[in-house]
Amino acid sequence: MILEIIIGVIISGIPLSASLLFASLGEMFSQRSGVFNLGTEGIMMLSAFVGFYVVYIIGSPVLGILAAMAIGGLMGMLMALVSVTFKAQQGISGIGLYMFGWGVSGTLFRVYVGGVTNIDGIGKVAIPVLMDIPVIGQILFNQNPMVYLAYLLVPVSGYVLFRTSWGLKVRAVGTTPQAADTLGVSVERIRYQCVTLGGMMSGLAGAYLSIGQAQMFADNLTAGRGFIAVALVYFGRWKPVGIMWGALLFSMAHALQRSIQVYGIDFPYEIAVATPYVLVILVLALTYKGRSLGPLALGKPYNREFRG
Amino acid sequence: MEKNKADNYRYLAVSVIIVLASLLIALLLGAFLFLIAGANPFEAYGVMLTQPLDGLFGITEMLVRAAPLMLVGLGIAIAFRSGILNIGGEGQIMLGVIFGTAVGLALPEMPKIVLVPVIFLSAFIGGGIWAGIAGWMRAYLNVNEILSTVMLNYIAIQVYLYLLRGPLIDPKEVSYGTGVPQSAPLPEAAWLTRFIRGFRLHSGLVIAIVLAVIVFLFLWKTTVGYRMRAVGAEPKAATYSGMNVKRNLVLAMVLSGGFAGMAGAVEVLGVHHRALESISAGYGFSGIVVALFGGLHPLGIIPASAVFGLLIVGSDMMQRAVEVPASIILAIQGLIILAIVSSNIFLRNPKLRDRLFKLLGGGKEAKIDPEGGRA
Repeated sequence: MILEIIIGVIISGIPLSASLLFASLGEMFSQRSGVFNLGTEGIMMLSAFVGFYVVYIIGSPVLGILAAMAIGGLMGMLMALVSVTFKAQQGISGIGLYMFGWGVSGTLFRVYVGGVTNIDGIGKVAIPVLMDIPVIGQILFNQNPMVYLAYLLVPVSGYVLFRTSWGLKVRAVGTTPQAADTLGVSVERIRYQCVTLGGMMSGLAGAYLSIGQAQMFADNLTAGRGFIAVALVYFGRWKPVGIMWGALLFSMAHALQRSIQVYGIDFPYEIAVATPYVLVILVLALTYKGRSLGPLALGKPYNREFRG
Repeated sequence: MEKNKADNYRYLAVSVIIVLASLLIALLLGAFLFLIAGANPFEAYGVMLTQPLDGLFGITEMLVRAAPLMLVGLGIAIAFRSGILNIGGEGQIMLGVIFGTAVGLALPEMPKIVLVPVIFLSAFIGGGIWAGIAGWMRAYLNVNEILSTVMLNYIAIQVYLYLLRGPLIDPKEVSYGTGVPQSAPLPEAAWLTRFIRGFRLHSGLVIAIVLAVIVFLFLWKTTVGYRMRAVGAEPKAATYSGMNVKRNLVLAMVLSGGFAGMAGAVEVLGVHHRALESISAGYGFSGIVVALFGGLHPLGIIPASAVFGLLIVGSDMMQRAVEVPASIILAIQGLIILAIVSSNIFLRNPKLRDRLFKLLGGGKEAKIDPEGGRA
């Protein structure tokens, strides 16, 4: 029974981790360049709706994903405009973006769709033969293709961030923008690129939620995953592998909470739903010592005319 | 000295102009949203901005919304001024409702003069504890307060629903088998006075205005308030001058959450007379917009809460008239936040600020009034 629950939690937990992983890796690039984008939740909501709507109208999940990424990129640019060009306080700007994405997706959903409607999105793809391996086959080789993509992006992001000259510029801009500027690296351009990339990856996260995981859209579908993704960047110490472990931890907690309901264990439903959020707070509180490892210029708009 | 005073007024005028311009830009961008939603923006805004003012119903409803908005906005201004962001208004409102309702139900025989203040105090404590958790974690564990307050919102919603479906549920809902998640009605002695027969306008608005003046006096005329603003403006300088930055952060957050909690009490005692499932209507987030729009100043927040009361009531009327869901107001409020925080570049960049200042006929030396300048 216990083993059955554990395997069940792992099998249902891995798909849940994909949206966190996409959004969190995107946010990592944003924060590495020095921009704290709290609007991730709003970007995910709007792109989840746009992706859903394209599939609902045209029926093509691939176009839906691309549209979601495009809208995510646009919202990332909006965040960059506000926080890089206008040098606004990033925490509040992110909340503005969150409310914007929430309001627009809720409104357009009610106007153009109305109620809960299922779509034919992207389902699980089993890899023949390998999926027949007991237990491991179900865990590793019977997943949504977007889940494979999410895990593929872990080493890819690591390579881009630590092994390419662009990644070096990103890290320089996020740590010592003045030095980077002196060497001729455009701080603003790199930050724009990173926040836009982060937006596109949040768009992918949103698309996965509506097109892959739920195959439908509902108001507040993201349920705080965008904020959890931001917290995961802290948890993972701004490194892709750390973020991956964090995403797995939270999605397992989520899956465990669901299986508590499924197995009919007597536990208040609402308290079970609240546990992943409690876990985020606990994890943030326990990892506080790592703060100094973060990008030094995180949250600080760069202004070459002023020093300090 | 005289000249400096005139300059201060000019800087205040610059701030007001910039905030109003931000509102205008946000509404213009919002017009595109109406077009995408398939409505005529002129018609939609026409209804939204004028219909509430056309008659006693709209005006009183606008003021009914203004009371909780003002209280949440005041709390958020206290936190922002003290250098800590409070995004958790929504959860703090719910904790205020829980504490206030539970205490109100437990004291059925109390006279009004005791009961109402006791409920307000309990709601203050409920919201204050909830925000205090985030404040304490920020001060002593360096946990980002935006993330923690957002997470506390999600937790508060679940705790609230659990209590309303279980321990706090109206026994009648159980015995009739209807099971609507709401508490029993509070004793009539706890209800706030309604001013006009047939309208919901209640004395919560007066309470909110009095509290706004108290917050102004507290932040600008007392030592504790001065310390809190000093910690917010220059944490390092405040540390060197011997102020306890950490304690001030926690205090600011507790006060901030306490005000949001009292907004919950106002909704219970003034409007619904019991705790309901969807009691807050997004006031925790709208309060952020109110605080920013009011220049993070209590005396600016009073008119700002009326403006956003108007927008919220107007969006309901707009929904009936042009059939665009009222949730669009959430998106417009998001745009207003983005516009206001973006416009701050004009206040923070000395060159731009002085140019604007000179346009208004200001003096040569650019001295910025610390009150008006840091909107």
